[in-house]
Amino acid sequence: MSITDTQEEIVNEFSLLEGDQEMSVLYLMELGQKLPAMKEEDKTEQNEVKGCQSRVWLTAEVKHGAVFFSADSNTAITKGLISLLIRVFSGHTPQEILSGEITFPSRIGMDRFIGTQRSNGFAAMIKQMKMYALAFQTRSQIQA
Amino acid sequence: MENVASIGSGIEVEEIRKLFPILHQKINGHDLVYFDNAATTQKPVQVLDALQAYYTGYNANIHRGIHTLAERATTAFEQTRATAASFLNAGSKEEIIFVRGVTEAINLVASSYGRSMLKKGDEIILSGLEHHSNIVPWQLIAEEKQCHIRVIPVTDSGELDLLAYKGLLNERTRIVSVNHASNSLGTINPVKEIIKLAHQAGAVTLIDGAQAAAHLPIDVQDLDCDFYCLSGHKMYGPTGVGVLYGKKKILEAMPPYMGGGEMIRQVTFEKTTWNDVPYKFEAGTPNIADVIALKSAFDFISGTGKEAMAQHESMLLRYATEQLSELKGLRVVGISKNKVSVLSFVIEGIHPFDIGQMLDTRGIAVRTGHHCTQPLMDRMGLEGTVRASFAVYNTRKETDKLIEGLQRVIGFLK
Ligand SMILES: Cc1ncc(COP(=O)(O)O)c(C=O)c1O
Repeated sequence: MSITDTQEEIVNEFSLLEGDQEMSVLYLMELGQKLPAMKEEDKTEQNEVKGCQSRVWLTAEVKHGAVFFSADSNTAITKGLISLLIRVFSGHTPQEILSGEITFPSRIGMDRFIGTQRSNGFAAMIKQMKMYALAFQTRSQIQA
Repeated sequence: MENVASIGSGIEVEEIRKLFPILHQKINGHDLVYFDNAATTQKPVQVLDALQAYYTGYNANIHRGIHTLAERATTAFEQTRATAASFLNAGSKEEIIFVRGVTEAINLVASSYGRSMLKKGDEIILSGLEHHSNIVPWQLIAEEKQCHIRVIPVTDSGELDLLAYKGLLNERTRIVSVNHASNSLGTINPVKEIIKLAHQAGAVTLIDGAQAAAHLPIDVQDLDCDFYCLSGHKMYGPTGVGVLYGKKKILEAMPPYMGGGEMIRQVTFEKTTWNDVPYKFEAGTPNIADVIALKSAFDFISGTGKEAMAQHESMLLRYATEQLSELKGLRVVGISKNKVSVLSFVIEGIHPFDIGQMLDTRGIAVRTGHHCTQPLMDRMGLEGTVRASFAVYNTRKETDKLIEGLQRVIGFLK
């Protein structure tokens, strides 16, 4: 599924909650709980995304030209948000990730979590994912 | 129910709520429950009206004009000074300096008093309960003057260890600066005793009254503190204005903090002389409107009765503490018997951030995090807490909503 299509799918899922803030947050946290566990040894300072009020760790690997992310956070809401980002970006080529535009947060009413105090953190998270994509792209070009 | 809530204090909560327009709104479809009062309180109409009246009726620069508006503005400005003096029971209104708030007050004292009086090897005593604004200004001056900072330790229940304090005092102690009440835990500190002991050691004292101003009786002469400060916005007044009280003798001996207009007597390029206190410390055009409106906040508190307000808030604190303690996995942090209406807690296995966000979806405003007291959080072995803090306009029904909200959070997340 394309980066745009996955975001449409997420927007549709949340629309079932009819803008109920509490249910939306709960659903978001539930999604976070389902995120595959990150290896404890990957939760290093090096993998920590700076700029988040809550703590976030992120790593990535490439398999057959596609990037796969794994991440964790010490807060449930942030973990939910990351799980959505991973769902949108994971499995795509570096090129697709680099040109992908994230539009879902405001469309599912979650911009308030990232709109003010966490904005830097969320922006930093996306940026970090794109950095990984860029690094993988550069590496494959060098190897080619 | 509300009548029950008010029994004993004589506070008519519903009447008081009518004075606070901001409270009557929905957040995420729910009635706003504002429990972030230790961060800043809401403002009654008297305060809002005073701001409006100043800007629409007599906005003018003070102390310099000879025209009618300037005269009116100056009179109103100086009336707040007189009211502040009586609110704190200061000996005279010359002992009242207007500042932006506690942060500026402490910076003023640290810079002016600290820079002129401290010498290499001197010691400054702070406590483990302090807000960053009562730590960092002292660190800056201590580094500059090569002084040492000593810290009164905090017990498990969140109180100051007075025995340890006595052990810290010595002939090198120059300044003792502690808060009257802790913003993170609510602990009311035995400041009178702390001050007395400091004086016996020959040190001057500063009391950070940010969390006391709206809740505790304050009598600076009885306390005998050398400095006392408060922030208007935490006591139903506007933001950007606060008060520093200082003993006149000490203020007179201190050099100015900032230079500019108002604070001078005569300026020549050869030598400039200073104005008298308090003007020596009020350089430039002050925050006239907010100072004037601050008087309405003092009047609101005095008119409502600080003791009655405190009783009402204690009732809420007691009730909330009892109810919250019943919740599974919840632990109250800071269990001193003497507390202002601050309730800090953690819930095992749930991050304070998530609790705060979940409560917000139900219109309940609490604070989460370290509350600008990182050393205290480290001492308690916590990254942060959830903090609910009550004001005179809060009700028992609102407390029930907090409990319900927390029950849901726990139900879903555990
Ligand atoms: C105990 C205490 N001291 C100092 C401050 C700083 O006050 P202000 O930010 O108004 O200068 C606060 C505010 O949170 C406080 O609670």
